[in-house]
Amino acid sequence: MNTRRASAVNRRTLLAGVGASAVAAAVPLRRGLAASTLKVGVLLPRSGPQAQLGIECQIGADLALPILKTEGYPDLEFMLGDTETKVDVARAQCEKLIDAGAHAIIGCFDSGQTMAAAQVCEQKNVPLVVNIAAVPKLTELGYKWVFRNFPTGPMIVGDAFKNQKRLFGATGATPKTVALLHVNDTFGSSLAGALFALTPKFKMPYKIVEKIPYDPYGRDFSAEVRKVKAAKPDALWTVSRLNDAIAITKELVRQRVELMGILSTGPGWYDNAYLKATGKFGDDVVNLIPWYDENKPMTQKLKAAFAKAHPDLLMTTNQSFSFDAVLIAADAFKRAESTKNTALQTALRQTDITNNVTLGKGIRFNEKGQVPYVPCGAVQNRGGKHVVLLPQEAATGKPIWPMRPWRER
Amino acid sequence: MDFWTLANAVTSGLLIGLVYGLSALGLSVIFGVIRIVNFAHGEIMVMGMFFALLMFRWLGLDPLLSVPLAAALLFAFGYVLQLFVVSRVSHLPEHMQFLLLAAIAIMIVSALLMIFGPDAQGVQVGYAWDSFAVGELLIDYPKMFAAIASVIVAALLLAFFKYTMTGKAIRACADNRTGAQVVGLNVGRLYALTFGVGAACLGAAGAIILLLFEVHPYLAPGYTLLAFVIVIIGGLGSLFGALVAGILIGVSEALAALLFQPSMKSAFSFALLIFVLLLRPQGLLGKAIR
Repeated sequence: MNTRRASAVNRRTLLAGVGASAVAAAVPLRRGLAASTLKVGVLLPRSGPQAQLGIECQIGADLALPILKTEGYPDLEFMLGDTETKVDVARAQCEKLIDAGAHAIIGCFDSGQTMAAAQVCEQKNVPLVVNIAAVPKLTELGYKWVFRNFPTGPMIVGDAFKNQKRLFGATGATPKTVALLHVNDTFGSSLAGALFALTPKFKMPYKIVEKIPYDPYGRDFSAEVRKVKAAKPDALWTVSRLNDAIAITKELVRQRVELMGILSTGPGWYDNAYLKATGKFGDDVVNLIPWYDENKPMTQKLKAAFAKAHPDLLMTTNQSFSFDAVLIAADAFKRAESTKNTALQTALRQTDITNNVTLGKGIRFNEKGQVPYVPCGAVQNRGGKHVVLLPQEAATGKPIWPMRPWRER
Repeated sequence: MDFWTLANAVTSGLLIGLVYGLSALGLSVIFGVIRIVNFAHGEIMVMGMFFALLMFRWLGLDPLLSVPLAAALLFAFGYVLQLFVVSRVSHLPEHMQFLLLAAIAIMIVSALLMIFGPDAQGVQVGYAWDSFAVGELLIDYPKMFAAIASVIVAALLLAFFKYTMTGKAIRACADNRTGAQVVGLNVGRLYALTFGVGAACLGAAGAIILLLFEVHPYLAPGYTLLAFVIVIIGGLGSLFGALVAGILIGVSEALAALLFQPSMKSAFSFALLIFVLLLRPQGLLGKAIR
């Protein structure tokens, strides 16, 4: 007698179930479906010469998550990518993040690396929210998926000229000659190009007597500084990164190059690592840079969270613009109510944020995906801290200009 | 361009060139004797830099005082590496040796990344910002001390090869391996000693260079390339040639930066390399291959 029992799960059912599970696992829920969490690829230089700066950006992004949650924004999940400070790696990592399921990308701190990521995002139809990158063509090439709340090179230089005139006017000390020392990468050369293009327009009181590009991977900066010294400028204007800024400062002191002042447009000279490495010799440098607005409520929240999490560091451009990039993505996701790429794109185009962190009236993108005007400030290093000189409404102190001689510090 | 500006550039190039020369000596020593091109050259030197960094942080030791310790540590590393790893592939084709040393280089970088992270790190010695003047010639203390230390280490190395029995035995191996074996020299041990000495040289150079530049794990390929340029210009296997070529590179880069553009410094180094390869392929002080 056959005593085999009927079972609810027979061999065929089991095989069908396993097959269906395998198919389901192989075809994950991709972009296009409503979801409670937006997966954001945060692509930054986490190794190589810009590692420290990328890490500082990540701090701003990390602090955004809990703050935005309390503000009623939906959940975001970060997927981390490392550009290794290389353009080709930025491209490959961006592809990898998107293939792994990122609904949007935030990055990449550096213009060249961001350009590479932008090309990938355009090909894959994934929104790229730029945290920091100044190269103008990023939003001039007709890209449909790139959104930037960061000033372009011409905006930075334009504001730098205006703020310089205000500084010279307020202190009564105007340099007649200036040497421009800039890093020879996409960011540095585009900013220096914008500087030269706009110099006649702003009728500056000085002449640029020497333009000195240098290798971004350079080790020894004695020759660069010697060239500055030979040009005998009243002031030095730099476009640098972090490690080169430290090395250049050392050489300026050792070679006893006394100047009316050092103006910096770009990262490096205001960074925490710079202030720590240079001590009193890093004082009096005037940074003409994108900055944050202390008066905005969101800035107060970010500053409080930052001070609690990193009591030994000062908040800078890196954290504030990275925070705003996360805010932009979260805000778009909240309104889109979907992780679908086209829904996010539409929501990003309709962005209208006023309670953000960075200087300016708020975040609204034009048809190119660019916030039309992101103002810059003038921030001076003083005793290992930052003193905001300009804009006037955000000022926290008065300038020291001309700067103090090296040997009198 | 006035005289003092040029004089300052030449002096600075000379000082930094001596340090470059020392960093290339390790490559020259190893190739000159064992006939293996050390593609982990820069990585071993960066190990020396990190060791000196640790000594500074833990014991407050000036990198210059760490030189003997870094040299000793990396001597042991090089000795063991040659004895147990590199010697096993010395009979294989050159591309196999290359792959082995490239793999070792990658492993070193990965280990350094895990231990120290990717950030640039440096030391702040008391004289880091100081310089002294001779007329209008300005010489900064870190560079001067680094150059003096490099000369001392290079002199000790040359004296070791010229005056000690072990040094002479190593030179005998380099001149005629079979002959050295016939007269009873332990070639395997001498090769291990040579790799150790080359690595010690890199350890010393690393500790000295930390005085001038910050260190991070990705620094190595640049130094490997620089060392190749220097030893090819100086002559593969020629110790004195490496020092001379180091100075030549240092001075030419300093002058190129001053007279043309700083971003063209590397271009001048490579132009010099091409020039030497075309006119004197064996290098400035190398022996011609017959």
